[in-house]
Amino acid sequence: MTDRSFDATVGTSATPDERTGRGAGLLRPWLGRLPRNAGFWSAMPLSLLLLFGFFGPLVLVVLYSFMPRGSFSPIGWPTLENYRDIVEQNFYISFGWSLLMAIVAAVLLLLVAYPLAVAMVRLAGKKADIYTILIVAPLFVAENIRLQGWSLFFDKSGFLDGAMESLFGVGTGSLVGNIPIVIFGLVYVYLPFMLFPLILGLTNVPGDAREAASDLGATRFQVFRDIELPLAAPGVLIGTLLCFVLSLGAVSEAKFLGKGAVIPIVQDIDSAFTFGQNWPRGSALSVLLILIAAAAVVVVMRRVDIDRMFTRR
Amino acid sequence: MAILELRNVDKFFDDFVAVDRVSLSIEEGEFFTIVGPSGSGKTTMIRMLVGMDKPTNGQILLRGEAINDVPANLRPTCMVFQSLALFPHMTVGGNVEYSMKCKGVPKPERRRRALHFLSVAHLPESYYDKPVTQCSGGERQRVAIARALAFDPEILFFDEPLSAIDYRLRKVLERELKDIQRATGKTFVYITHSLEEAMVMSDRIAVMRKGRIAQIGTPNEIYRSPNSHFVSEFMGEVNSFKVRPEKAGSLVDVESGRAIIVEPDAAPAGFKAGVLVVRPEDMLMGRQIPAGAACILKGRIVNEYVLGSRVQYQVRSGESLYLVEKIRATEDAEGIGSDVEIGWRPGDARVFDEPLQ
Repeated sequence: MTDRSFDATVGTSATPDERTGRGAGLLRPWLGRLPRNAGFWSAMPLSLLLLFGFFGPLVLVVLYSFMPRGSFSPIGWPTLENYRDIVEQNFYISFGWSLLMAIVAAVLLLLVAYPLAVAMVRLAGKKADIYTILIVAPLFVAENIRLQGWSLFFDKSGFLDGAMESLFGVGTGSLVGNIPIVIFGLVYVYLPFMLFPLILGLTNVPGDAREAASDLGATRFQVFRDIELPLAAPGVLIGTLLCFVLSLGAVSEAKFLGKGAVIPIVQDIDSAFTFGQNWPRGSALSVLLILIAAAAVVVVMRRVDIDRMFTRR
Repeated sequence: MAILELRNVDKFFDDFVAVDRVSLSIEEGEFFTIVGPSGSGKTTMIRMLVGMDKPTNGQILLRGEAINDVPANLRPTCMVFQSLALFPHMTVGGNVEYSMKCKGVPKPERRRRALHFLSVAHLPESYYDKPVTQCSGGERQRVAIARALAFDPEILFFDEPLSAIDYRLRKVLERELKDIQRATGKTFVYITHSLEEAMVMSDRIAVMRKGRIAQIGTPNEIYRSPNSHFVSEFMGEVNSFKVRPEKAGSLVDVESGRAIIVEPDAAPAGFKAGVLVVRPEDMLMGRQIPAGAACILKGRIVNEYVLGSRVQYQVRSGESLYLVEKIRATEDAEGIGSDVEIGWRPGDARVFDEPLQ
């Protein structure tokens, strides 16, 4: 095929032009072999971006993770020593904390955001818009600045401590520098990412299905368990997944609120690449993190099978 | 004793009166239909009857006990929604058994009874495991009915469930619904804007207008003896004449000045002005008109509508158009453009007291 098209381009370029009566010169027979549908071409810019901007680096990271310690070339004799180091040098502790904090944050977000989402779905028009704007507005301020604000609020001699001290004579002391405050930060930062998928999911629950269940004798809890939750499940699962994955990759909360009380895995990766100058180690940690996140995505996306959602109990 | 009774029930939405002092009683085992144009308050009525809304004033009594404040899930009644409101994430069986599941009936028993109600609603047993989303419109309808029956309600309410279904299937389902009602002996309360649906299925009909009950009666009573111009028009096409009294046994058509003979007691006492109505099937044409007809109009056929076994002619006389209905293919077949005389017997007209615009 390639040979023939090459021949056509070089040797008999005039023939197709004469046949069709219109021509694009030398390139014409060559172009004719490419797909003509608009989808292929429309998808091209994004495909190229993903190929070089996402898939390429991913391959590099995987390659580096099998290189010897401290190597700066992705090509060499592969080794598993970076992965062995992760276990032997206690990096799994960071993994454990990051995982635990992400799970707790996702669960807390679900508990906090669900009632809010229910309220917003049932609110009519204008009011819901105002709440949406209020919830989205903080996203326009950089995350670090907002977290720094909370740090000033909770820190010793901060806003809370100072106010308590002057009002009641008893300060709160420093409330930062512990793990619960880091989780608070995660919940605060990722609220919109839980809320909006939940709202989307709850909008898919027809109001009359809820009424019908109640009419058939279901208690409020039964309506929630049997009708609302299963029908809103895609939103619940996607929101939880999003918040879990984002929390897993979060670093600022631990930095600004945790003050070193806990080291999330992303900070380990960061210092391996920068301070430690050990790209293979950073790559191996990254690969593990990507695998965990990907596993969560696969597990959830298998459940959010639209067909199954709407046909099975 | 009536199974369901309404006593002076009102429902206000802010300043809007949706239901205005309605009193009626529904007998056990009856197929009762509330019919009215959109905006007449019938949906508000059924929502109160089911327990999804509370009446502003008045009482709703179920077997003599006030149930105004009993919420829907604690009432022994059940509704088939206009949208059907099936649970899209469940199978046909899951939908039908849901009420039993809420009551804690064990699974095998639930299944046995669900299968029974599927057969009552003319659905094959194999549908038990079929997702509702894969059912056709008519099948979903039957699932909704089976689900409501499985709740074993004292009264089954229907909020226009057939309105989105095509004509032929609707006719089939209307009959099935009537058969199911007869077979189960349940009290059915049905809401619709369609006169035809009401006539086919009901034992009694209540016609609603602007939040009030205009008339209650059997389909025949309401069709044959409407108590107002509104009801007569709502229950089918009519020819209307604006009339004033002239002398005993005669009225005068305000527009043409023509005298119209009526039965002596046709007009209510103290009648000043109103509307005289004649149904198209009571109109006579040409040689059918007997001596002593109420009045004879000369006109020309301008349109012909074939309604299966019957034919309607639109006749223009002067400025007005009249409808005349005949059994199809009787003796003389008039066509569009023929000049005809039309009239009716005095006993077939009804006169309603009503201010003339």
